[in-house]
Amino acid sequence: MSASPGAGTRPIVLITNLAKGYRRGDQHVPVLFDISLSIPEGDFIALMGPSGSGKSTLLNLIAGIDKPDSGELLVDGEDITRLSESELADWRASHVGFIFQFYNLMPVLDAFENVELPLLLTSLSRRERRERVDMALALVGLTDRRDHYPNELSGGQQQRVAIARAFIADPTIIVADEPTGDLDRKSAGEILALLRRLNEEMGKTIIMVTHDWHAVESARHVVHLEKGELVDDKKGADSFSASSATASGKGI
Amino acid sequence: MYYLKLVFKNIFRHKLRSLLTLLGLVVAILAFGLLQSVVNAWYAGSDMASARRLVARNAVSLVFPLPIYYRERIRAVDGVTAVGTSNWFGGIYRDMTPANFFAQFAVDHENFFDLYSEFRTRPEELLAWKKDRRGALVGRLLADQYGWRVGDVIPLKGTIYPGTWEFVVRGIYEPRDESTITRQLYFHWDLLNEEIKLKYPRRAEQVGVFVVGIADGSRAAEISQAIDREFRNSLAETLTETEKAFQLSFIAQTETIIAAVRIVSFVVIVIIFAVVANTMAMTARERLAEYATLKTIGFGPAFVGALIIGESLMITALGGAVGILATFPAAAAFKAAMGSFFPVFKVAPETVAMQVACALVVGLLAGLLPSIRAARVKIVDGLRYIG
Repeated sequence: MSASPGAGTRPIVLITNLAKGYRRGDQHVPVLFDISLSIPEGDFIALMGPSGSGKSTLLNLIAGIDKPDSGELLVDGEDITRLSESELADWRASHVGFIFQFYNLMPVLDAFENVELPLLLTSLSRRERRERVDMALALVGLTDRRDHYPNELSGGQQQRVAIARAFIADPTIIVADEPTGDLDRKSAGEILALLRRLNEEMGKTIIMVTHDWHAVESARHVVHLEKGELVDDKKGADSFSASSATASGKGI
Repeated sequence: MYYLKLVFKNIFRHKLRSLLTLLGLVVAILAFGLLQSVVNAWYAGSDMASARRLVARNAVSLVFPLPIYYRERIRAVDGVTAVGTSNWFGGIYRDMTPANFFAQFAVDHENFFDLYSEFRTRPEELLAWKKDRRGALVGRLLADQYGWRVGDVIPLKGTIYPGTWEFVVRGIYEPRDESTITRQLYFHWDLLNEEIKLKYPRRAEQVGVFVVGIADGSRAAEISQAIDREFRNSLAETLTETEKAFQLSFIAQTETIIAAVRIVSFVVIVIIFAVVANTMAMTARERLAEYATLKTIGFGPAFVGALIIGESLMITALGGAVGILATFPAAAAFKAAMGSFFPVFKVAPETVAMQVACALVVGLLAGLLPSIRAARVKIVDGLRYIG
């Protein structure tokens, strides 16, 4: 796992004129309009906006689990909009760690096995996988819970397992869809602290969708979406739009 | 390894549902095996038939007899090595309940058993039987059922040949193998003929069928035609056929029942297919979010599809295995209860193979559609799904 404290200048995610809509019967419902965005390596972005603003859709596009209608989306220099479904699956395995609001752990697997899942897609030996999982569980403070099943863990603990699963394969980016949305304040605080550590100590680029202003405080930058458009850069001493990263779109 | 672990753990997530599905599978595979064995048992008589035996009967109907003097003319036909006579006696032992029904034949005692090498007789018993006009040779199965021993007297109430008939057991013949039916009683045709001659002279000197031994089974058709030609345009024309064809002609009378049993056995499989398919469809629908999560992590559609097919196959394999194992004791119990109807009742290797095939096909087909659906579901749709 790499360690590069603070945000760099190299854009790890580069979005140009991205648009996305869905079909509702015969109608095409546009969700994202002409989004252009650059996220530097090692950044921690909070994507905010009201419900239906398109923030989860944007996150899904960046994570490669959905495809845009038009535009370009480069992650670590690779245009993922040109990848086929099976190529995208391989790409996600090595480039993306996903943290869900409701943890999405496999209920029949214990904490250790859940964290190990992404490593099954690598060429690591069993011993190497075990070492990595032990290390990840130690990092999230769940060494003593390695044999516990999700239903034996609290919400906060489940999310910590999910976080360990998200970074275990050393992905290029970690995307989190409202990671504290289902947690009490204390557990949410622990999860945010963990995400900050991943970002600051391990240099992980994190893109997080959230409604929670406390969560926003953990991020380096905020990207605000409204009605499918980027409207503001609410935060960032490093001047998100002026220096290494830029957010643009209609209404900015 | 991980795949199998996931599949196995998933099976028992809904214990009650899985156990009920397994129970249904066990019952279905067991019922299928038993019904197929019933069909096989129906054909047991024809399976026992020898290719080197022909049966000549009255061409009009089996109900009409043939004159005994045909025997010598049949014996003279080229290719014939031996001729035996046989009359269906149709007597009642104890009562008319199906359990006490068994076949009795009045046969040509001198050479009849030479024609049936599958009946293993002790020479001294066979000789004793031949010498005793009232003697009876009984099969092992029949002797065991009633506890008969040599010297026991068996009273039979005649139906076709009225009166009370008593026979003394002079020997018990053994089966050559498990396909040999040993649930018959044989006595002297001479005795029957003498008694009939006294009471109903017009019915005397007649036999039900001639059992014809031939040296070369490949000449069966040719010899059959030669025998029938011999009696063409006579008062009692013959119809000669192989013993197997003769036995199958009896089965043909009940063909509809056998067809119904066959159909029911497959209907059972279709029903359990619907049950397993429903279980797998519910299972896959409930887990769409999990499959979407696996895809998000990087597992491909093939892995997700294989998870469902694997689970379906494992359920049917488990249920099928238990069902097949249960078929053997169930068949033994069935034979104990219905042995009078099905003297040869066994679970054939072909039946087990069909049970295995049915279980696997059901598992494969039941998991196919849900697995395709899960493999094709878009991740974003799957993640939104709340099972």
